[in-house]
Amino acid sequence: MKLLTGNDLKTGFVTWWTGADWSLHIEDAADVGEHGEAILAVEEAARRVNAPYIIAGEQTADGPRPAHIKDRIRALGPTVRPDLTLKPADPAAGDWVI
Amino acid sequence: MYKYDEYDHAMVAARVAEFSDQVKRRLAGEITEDQFKPLRLMNGLYLQLHAYMLRVAVPYGTLDSRQMRMLAHIARKYDRDYGHFTTRQNIQYNWIKLEDAPAILEDLASVEMHAIQTSGNCIRNISSDQWAGAAADEITDPRPWAELLRQWSSFHPEFSYLPRKFKIAVIAANEDRAAMRLHDIGIQIVEKDGEHGAAFYVGGGMGRTPMIAPLIKDFVPLGDMLSYAEACLRVYNRYGRRDNIYKARIKILIHELGADEYRRQVEEEFAHVKSLGIDPPKAEFDRIAEQFAPPALDASAPDAIDRSDPDFAVWVDQNVAAHKVPGHAIVNISLKPIGGIPGDASSAQIDLMADLAEKYSHDELRVTHAQNIVLPHVRKADLYAVWQALDGAGLATPNLDLISDIIACPGLDYCSLANARSIPVAQKIATRFSDLGRQKELGELKLKISGCINACGHHHAGHIGILGVDRKGTENYQLLLGGSGAEDVSLGTITGPGFDEDGVVDAIERVTDKYLAERSEGERFVDTFRRVGMAPFKEAIYG
Amino acid sequence: MVEYLQTGGEEPAVTLDAFLEQSNATAVRLEPDEDARALIPFLDRLALIEVAFPKFRDGRGYSSARILREAGYTGELRAQGDVLVDQIAYMKRCGFDSFAPEKPLNPDDVEAALTRWPAHYQGAADGAVPIWKLRHG
Repeated sequence: MKLLTGNDLKTGFVTWWTGADWSLHIEDAADVGEHGEAILAVEEAARRVNAPYIIAGEQTADGPRPAHIKDRIRALGPTVRPDLTLKPADPAAGDWVI
Repeated sequence: MYKYDEYDHAMVAARVAEFSDQVKRRLAGEITEDQFKPLRLMNGLYLQLHAYMLRVAVPYGTLDSRQMRMLAHIARKYDRDYGHFTTRQNIQYNWIKLEDAPAILEDLASVEMHAIQTSGNCIRNISSDQWAGAAADEITDPRPWAELLRQWSSFHPEFSYLPRKFKIAVIAANEDRAAMRLHDIGIQIVEKDGEHGAAFYVGGGMGRTPMIAPLIKDFVPLGDMLSYAEACLRVYNRYGRRDNIYKARIKILIHELGADEYRRQVEEEFAHVKSLGIDPPKAEFDRIAEQFAPPALDASAPDAIDRSDPDFAVWVDQNVAAHKVPGHAIVNISLKPIGGIPGDASSAQIDLMADLAEKYSHDELRVTHAQNIVLPHVRKADLYAVWQALDGAGLATPNLDLISDIIACPGLDYCSLANARSIPVAQKIATRFSDLGRQKELGELKLKISGCINACGHHHAGHIGILGVDRKGTENYQLLLGGSGAEDVSLGTITGPGFDEDGVVDAIERVTDKYLAERSEGERFVDTFRRVGMAPFKEAIYG
Repeated sequence: MVEYLQTGGEEPAVTLDAFLEQSNATAVRLEPDEDARALIPFLDRLALIEVAFPKFRDGRGYSSARILREAGYTGELRAQGDVLVDQIAYMKRCGFDSFAPEKPLNPDDVEAALTRWPAHYQGAADGAVPIWKLRHG
């Protein structure tokens, strides 16, 4: 599957294209198939996302996961500061990242 | 310390206003990210893996307690309660919002700080010796020279769109604590016929193609220094490569031209530039130098240290260095607790270090390129109180220059350029070698880790260096031996095939075991490596 | 300040090669990789030197401009191409006195950019008195 990701222009936070909007959570990400470039062009021009790009991902039982380690780390947060990730209360949250 | 006058204040204020306006235009969509990027970079603002990152300049690594407290305040108010001290003597915040950046720059300006030219293809923050003004071996304080360069390079109209970034370091001692010859320009203040002048080493650097800077001019008088720097930069701006980002640093130009031809071109340009009156009069240097006058230290202060607390004595032996004034010492605060994140400090720790500087170190702190903090002027009689306070805050790890005093870039945990994580490797190595007796047995051993070829973690200059690479989507670590960023400058050599994270820790243990088996009396690791060469180490690692 | 902004229209500038080969042209265009010093013998008969900025990140034109001003050129010095409002204050300091941006600039932004800086740390080609000289009179 193909996923769209970028950063929020104002906050810089990592965001994922859900099919209709941008979410902080990779679990909300939608497969964009071949439409990635077209969506990015519109969304970037509208400043709803900054520096967006298309990545490869795979569907798992827990939701979509990026194929590359860099985007897996982006999806959750720094591996060395679990307290600063999106799921600080869940010690197993990062198991799929590395 | 240098204090801003009305001009310095006005310039920084103008920059804050300019960047506020640029941010506004970006948020309103009047400029594209492509156009905004060089502007935000020249104000230290990156877009990193998780958010925007702000790099704040600490000119030549010097701070007072008020400035240090402001760094803590920014961490608390705008970030996530911590900051990361870097190998360029700066501090980085990892979770900055673009819309907050103008307010942060305003807060910084209120304590005479900024983020000007901490990134971008321009002249970056001038770095220096963290022991400047305190070291027994310096011939003068290098910081007035660095401040002169700082002002000259700030908003330089000709050199803000260079082929690539440009880093300058200034030292004034034979012992090089600033990796001077691994900079685009390394300046060593030297003495000739009773006068101080600048020796220019040009074209050093790490990154993809590491080079040690050759000596281009052995003595540039103070009154010519800025003209000479201008000539060095102009030749680079005109002829440095712009066709390939990986070949755009000045080291490549000088390597391709040869040092002699580069020198000839610089001398020709200098002969012309000298007529333009770029250098300020001696009175300006004196105005700056006065502000770096040594603090009033009492040379009759007691020289003895009560070593009855053994933990304190261990720390004194490892982290405290000789000061030029009797009865005083230089305190090196390690930001490398075993298992911690090299260079990170919480806002509470930053505040505590500020308090200690105010109370015990004539209101001065320094940031080191090894990502530690220095209290430069502490009375020996106060050392115990300082140590107790540091110890209570987790800041008294007695490991300066030992194997666990690791330089590490943020790596793939934070950095969008990285190929592999650096911090977990540093944590595992420090944990493996956590026994202090074992570390001391290994002696001075500078271990430096970069998470990509850009070498922010100085891996080429480590006695032991580690370079993280991406091997088919998994993290892989190459090992280098024999580098040094000090006066015995050298570049490390790759041992052979890379390792996974645990494998590289094991390999380092085999390397250090081999060193212990091979070393002669008084040899540091790097000395033994230089004497016996790579072969025995390679055999120890790969069998 | 709007008078700085040019839209072109007068005598076309010739290339450096064409200029050096023959001509009695009074306007010449300098590309980033061309040596401004080649023009020094002819400065007194030039009315316009147009310095090309094909990409805003390519800063060679800043050095070209200063070299020409330092050699005594007093005619029009124009920055042409990918010229952005956030660069023109630096360009002016390097000696440019006219700008021909490919994409039109907002005159108010130009005005703001050119009047933003209260002083300058270093001497350049615009005759501004550097801060160190202001400090010491």
